[in-house]
Amino acid sequence: MDVIVCVKQIPDPETPAAAFKVDEQAMQVLPAQGISPVISPFDAQAVEAALRIKDTAGEGAVHVISLGPDSARDAIKHSLAMGADEGYHLKDSVFDGGDAWTTALALSKAIQHIGMPDVLIFGRQAADWDQGTVGSIVAELLDLPSATVLRGAELNGDRLIVSRVVADGFETIELPTPCALTISNEFGDPRYPQLRQIMQAARKQVTELTAAELGLDPTEVGAAGARVQMHALYQPTSDVDVEIIEGDSPEEKAAGLVNALREAKIL
Amino acid sequence: MAARILVFGELDDDGLTAPTLELLGGASRLSAELGGSVALALIGVDLASAASQAGPAGADTVYTADAASLSGYQTDSYLTVAQGIVEQDAPSVILMAQSSMGRDLAPRLATRLGSAVIMDSLALEVDGDRVKATRSCYGGNARQVVTVQTDPQVITVRPKSQDPLEADASRAAEVITVDVAEPMLRAHTTGKEQAESEGVRLEDAEIVVSGGRGLGGPEAFSDLEQLAGVLGAAVGSSRAACDLGWYPPSQQVGLTGSVVSPTLYLAIAISGASQHMAGCGGSKNIVAINKDPDAPIFGFSRFGIVDDYKKVLPALESAFAAVLE
Ligand SMILES: Cc1cc2nc3c(=O)[nH]c(=O)nc-3n(C[C@H](O)[C@H](O)[C@H](O)COP(=O)(O)OP(=O)(O)OC[C@H]3O[C@@H](n4cnc5c(N)ncnc54)[C@H](O)[C@@H]3O)c2cc1C
Ligand SMILES: Nc1ncnc2c1ncn2[C@@H]1O[C@H](COP(=O)(O)O)[C@@H](O)[C@H]1O
Repeated sequence: MDVIVCVKQIPDPETPAAAFKVDEQAMQVLPAQGISPVISPFDAQAVEAALRIKDTAGEGAVHVISLGPDSARDAIKHSLAMGADEGYHLKDSVFDGGDAWTTALALSKAIQHIGMPDVLIFGRQAADWDQGTVGSIVAELLDLPSATVLRGAELNGDRLIVSRVVADGFETIELPTPCALTISNEFGDPRYPQLRQIMQAARKQVTELTAAELGLDPTEVGAAGARVQMHALYQPTSDVDVEIIEGDSPEEKAAGLVNALREAKIL
Repeated sequence: MAARILVFGELDDDGLTAPTLELLGGASRLSAELGGSVALALIGVDLASAASQAGPAGADTVYTADAASLSGYQTDSYLTVAQGIVEQDAPSVILMAQSSMGRDLAPRLATRLGSAVIMDSLALEVDGDRVKATRSCYGGNARQVVTVQTDPQVITVRPKSQDPLEADASRAAEVITVDVAEPMLRAHTTGKEQAESEGVRLEDAEIVVSGGRGLGGPEAFSDLEQLAGVLGAAVGSSRAACDLGWYPPSQQVGLTGSVVSPTLYLAIAISGASQHMAGCGGSKNIVAINKDPDAPIFGFSRFGIVDDYKKVLPALESAFAAVLE
């Protein structure tokens, strides 16, 4: 049972709001001082899902792919330390300025380059742009059945039984292989690599691939190939001024709040 | 060139869902500017009565793909039918709700059509022949304004971000029945587990009482439920509380949970992380109870109480009960 997981390195989503800054002119998020980028949390869960599927199967390999600048290597290394077998780093300046479409196109070429696995796993969304489309776009490009926003994925013979989080509960879906899945946070905590595993990961292979090696023309990827254009990036401002309800006792504060709500005609 | 906007609608027990009515309202406003018309696509079973709501809600045309095999959303079957409707209608803009269906269907459909998608837009605006969408990103810390440069422009829209039209019974939409072939399913939905939801639905509630990690344990959620009972409110929770197993994930509010915009959002022992605010920032009034005067939640709140929730909650429940008699 071979699994490919796509992982992305992103600015730490737990960056305190006060340390989060954008350059509106350049339409870019500025790296926060002293806070290192991390593997997108849902992607670590995707790696966890892949490792469990491989464990159940008792054979096979987990390969990880990341498209991005030098720092993307850390997301691959993290996945290898978790237990993945081999990494692929799609690194090329022609990828710069791309969007979900160009990313998915490059990932799909890389998947074909590596060889179609039995299962392809993504995070539900990369926790930078919060779009949640790359998994479905790759699935469509490779003509695979897909199931998205999963809290569980289990191998049963040569089929996958997955649990999809929907608005009013959960759906059970059965898929044949090969198929594509996206993993949500309800999946649970991913394993955290220990020092020994981090050291072992240093010896695992990471292959770098360029656009040309994937058979992609520079006009198809990066800013040139993008289908979505950004016109502005800014930080929203909150314009409410809080009124703290004072009082000598909890009872006074509670009564004060109820009064305030009634006066403001909220109740 | 007249611009056609095609809305993919959804149904519940009462007919068209509230987000569908909102999409038709939003589509009507955009189409007035773009100079075009609005179509609604309904995929499912027993669609006749919902289809009759389409005209009054703002659609000029309604497509119905009505078949027993389409009784619930499944990627493979809905995608094929949706593609057929798009090919027949040739819209320049496609709108869907940011719902369980929209999340799954929109990116695949956009790709199949040779185009691209923008997810979860908060505001839409016409710019030439493009629809500019404003959306939240970086866990609610930033907003971006984006357009799809290819056609059709596929956009999913956050519930409650557009206003429905006043229903106009004198308007009728032309109904076009879509032929549905026996679907080719690769992935099969084999079961459904309904989240146990007592009381008011989170998304519909006028008042939401939410609890976070600062509650210290699952027991406190029963106290919140009791307070919610007094207020006729729904109970929500932060992801931290859900991850700890204190409250079901279906009640999580935030970026990866429900998006709520009640009149009153009562945040109890919740710090106000951006990813939580991404789900409740649209509330008309936020009230926070937190023992830390510097908790970020106060920056979003109209009123606040700085104290241990354990002391405030019982007093608050009696105070509410007294005035709501
Ligand atoms: C990609 C991603 C997605 C996420 N999605 C979501 C999401 O959808 N929803 C979500 O909620 N979070 C989400 N998070 C997590 C989010 O970043 C925060 O970690 C989480 O919201 C914190 O929950 P909390 O406020 O309950 O806990 P904490 O941040 O720990 O805050 C607890 C608060 O309780 C207060 N407190 C403690 N004791 C008391 C007391 N006795 N009385 C009164 N106050 C007290 C404390 O002062 C503190 O402010 C996401 C994170 C990431 C990275
Ligand atoms: N640059 C990338 N490299 C590898 N995988 C990616 C990349 N961008 C997105 N993905 C994958 O696609 C998922 C959804 O991303 P997105 O559609 O950007 O929210 C992520 O959780 C990853 O699994």
